[in-house]
Amino acid sequence: MNLHRSQMKMLTGNKTAAWGARLADVDYVPAFPITPQTEIVETLAKWFAGGEMKGKFTNMDSEHSMFAAAGAAAATGVRVFTASSSQGILYGLEMLSTIAGWRVPWVMVNVSRALATPITLEPDHNDVFATRDLGILQLHAETCQEVLDFILMGYRVAEDPRVCLPVLVNMDGFYLSFTREPVILPDSEQVRVFLPPFKPVQPVFQASCPQARASAVLGGTNYAYFKIQHHLAAAHSERVFDEVAREFGARFGRAYGKVESYRMEDADYVFVMSNSFATKGKAAVDRLRGQGIRAGLLKLILFRPFPASTVADALCGHRRVAIIDQNLAPGAGGITFNEIATALYARPDRPERLLSVVGGLGGMDIRDGDFAAIIDYLDRRDFNGPLILFRPEDLEKFRTLQAIAGHPLVGV
Amino acid sequence: MTTDTIPIKKIKEINRDELVAPGTPLCAGCGGLEALRLAQKELGENVLFTNAAGCFTLLSVYPFTPFRGSWLYTSMSSPAAAAQGIRDALDVRMDKRGLDRSEDMQVMVIAGDGSTYDMGLSPTSAAIHRGLDFIYFCYDNEGYGNTGFQLSAASPLGSATQTAPPTRLHPSGTEAGKKDLFSIWAAHHPPYIATVSPREPLDLINKVRKAQALKGPRLFISLAPCPTGWGFDPRQMHLIAKLAVDTGIFPLKEYEGGTVVHTRVPRKRQPVETYLELQKRFRHLFVPEKREDIIAAIQKSVDDYWGPYE
Repeated sequence: MNLHRSQMKMLTGNKTAAWGARLADVDYVPAFPITPQTEIVETLAKWFAGGEMKGKFTNMDSEHSMFAAAGAAAATGVRVFTASSSQGILYGLEMLSTIAGWRVPWVMVNVSRALATPITLEPDHNDVFATRDLGILQLHAETCQEVLDFILMGYRVAEDPRVCLPVLVNMDGFYLSFTREPVILPDSEQVRVFLPPFKPVQPVFQASCPQARASAVLGGTNYAYFKIQHHLAAAHSERVFDEVAREFGARFGRAYGKVESYRMEDADYVFVMSNSFATKGKAAVDRLRGQGIRAGLLKLILFRPFPASTVADALCGHRRVAIIDQNLAPGAGGITFNEIATALYARPDRPERLLSVVGGLGGMDIRDGDFAAIIDYLDRRDFNGPLILFRPEDLEKFRTLQAIAGHPLVGV
Repeated sequence: MTTDTIPIKKIKEINRDELVAPGTPLCAGCGGLEALRLAQKELGENVLFTNAAGCFTLLSVYPFTPFRGSWLYTSMSSPAAAAQGIRDALDVRMDKRGLDRSEDMQVMVIAGDGSTYDMGLSPTSAAIHRGLDFIYFCYDNEGYGNTGFQLSAASPLGSATQTAPPTRLHPSGTEAGKKDLFSIWAAHHPPYIATVSPREPLDLINKVRKAQALKGPRLFISLAPCPTGWGFDPRQMHLIAKLAVDTGIFPLKEYEGGTVVHTRVPRKRQPVETYLELQKRFRHLFVPEKREDIIAAIQKSVDDYWGPYE
C-alpha cells in the first residue's frame, strides 16, 4: 500500500493524478467517467477494490451528483478527491458553485477538454475557466510531475484553516493526460509528514455536533457577508500557497512559484501561456533566441486566486507581451488577457504593447510558425487583436473536408 | 415479510417532545410541516437532513434552525447524492478513522414534489439502486409551491396551477394525471415505501417506526395540503387531508418485501367532489358551469385505482 522509498516511474498525466490521490491517503472518491479523465477514476477504482487504498469509491450517476457527494463528504470530515472534464464540469457546475460556498476543502483534477458545440474530445481551457468565478482555487499543470505535486500541495492549501476551499488542478486532455513522462513519486512517509491525515478545523457532521449548514439567507447584507468571507479566504490563499510551495520545495526539492519565468531576464518579447502548451512555448523561445530574437515565456500556474502583482512584476519592464489564450469567449476574446491587462494597468512600467492571442482551440496545434507570427504581430502597431491563430491553409483544409462530403456551400 | 416492530394504538403514546421548533417562515396550515413534525417525534433528534430547493428550504434561514439535529441545503436535484456523500463519509470515518459509532446519524432527504418527481428523480433512482441507507421524505403539495404554485409531475388531473391555467381551450387546467412515484420506487425493490398523511398520526408514526427498524432506501410520500397553492383556509388543512383519504384520492399504503398493503381503506369512499369543491384549484370544475365530464374523469381514475382492492 505504501511507497517505502521515492521512485521514478513513467506515468501518464492521468495515472499521475491517481497517484497523487493515493499518496494523499484520500478517504473518499465519488466518481463518474468522462473522456479524457476516465483513466484516473479507473485507476482509483482498482486501488480501492484491491485494498491498496482504504476508504470508499462510489460510482455516481452524474457529475452533478458526484460533486454533491464530494462536498457533502468533505463537510462530514473525510479527505475527498475526484476528477472530471469538459461537459462534466458544466453538468456539475451548479454543485461546484454550491459546495465552494460550503467552505469545505477537497481537491479535484480537471482534464481539460473543449466544450460543445461542436462536441469534441480534445483540449482547450473553456471548461476550466467556466469555474473561474465560483471561488474554487485553480492550479494549472504543465507536466505530469506538476500534476502530482499540485495535488499534494492542493490539499495543504485547501485544508489550511485560513482557506477551507476546494482546489482544482488542471491538466490538458490528451497532450498531458495520455502522455507518459518520468515522474518522481515521493515515499508515503515523506508525504505524510508534509500532508498529515485530514483534521478539519471547522465542525463536521456527526451526532455530537449538530449544525445547520448552507442555510438560506434573507436579504443582501447576509448574502454579501458570506460572499465577502469567501473572497477574503480565496485572496488570502495566495499567501498560503507561497508558504506551502516553500515547504514543498524544501522537503521535495521542487520549488514552484505562482508563475514560472522562462528565459525572461532580458526578453523583449514575452509569451504568456499555461498548461502543457507552455512546453511548446518554451521550445519556441529557444528557437527564437537561436535566431537572435530575445524571447521569453511566463507560465501561469496559480490562476485562482489571481496573483496580480506577481504577474505584473514578471511582465513589467518587458516591451512586448502576447497573452496566448487556449480559450475563446465569443464576442470578447481570450479570457486570461483581460485579467493580465487589468493587473498591469496601474503600473507605470507596464509593457508598451499587449496582444491578445487565441489559439489551440479544441486541441488545434500551436505551430512554430505561429510563434513567429505572434512576434510579427507584436511589432505591428496597426493591429489591436485579438489575433486568432487560424491560417488560410487551415481554412483550405476545412474546405477540402467539406468538399469531400459535397458540401453545398463550398465555393460560395 | 413484515418488520417486527410494535405499533402504537393511541395518540397519547406519541412522543410529546416537539423536535421541530415553531417560528419558521412556512405558511400557516402547511400539511407538509405537520407531517414532518409527527415524523420527527418518532425519528428522534439524531437526524441529518439533506434538503432540496423548495418550501422547506425556508425551515433553516440563517442563523436559525428549528431542528436539534443537522441540516444541509444542497440544490434542487441533489439531496440524495449529498446523502450518499454523508453516509459514505460517516462509514469511512467509523471504519478507517476510528469515529465512535455513537456519532452516527440517520441521513434523511427532505424534498418537495417538484424536486422528488421531476428534477431529483434520476439522482434518487441512482441512490436507491446503490442501496443507499437513507430515508427520503417527500412533502407532496402537488405543485411548485415555493415559486407560486406551478405545474409539477405531481399535480393532479383537473387542478389549476399557474403554468397550467384552466382556459376555454384547456378546461381542465392540468391535463395529465399524477406521476406514480410510489410504483417508480417500488420498481427499484427498496425495503420500504409508505404514503402518509398529517391527518393520520398513528398510521404515520407506525410507518416511521417500521422504517426506522430497516436499512437501505426508504421513502415517505406525505400528502401536504397547501393552503396557499390549493386555495383553502389554513384551519381546513386537516379536513382536506381527511377527505383526500376518505375519497380514496390519496391512498394510505406501504410497500414492504414486494407487497403493497393499504393501511387505511375507506369503508365507503366519498365522491371526489366533496374533496374538490373545497379547493380553489378545482373551482373551475364547478363555476361558471359544472364540468361533470372532468369530475367524472377524476372519479374514474380513483375508481380504477381501487377496483382491484374492493
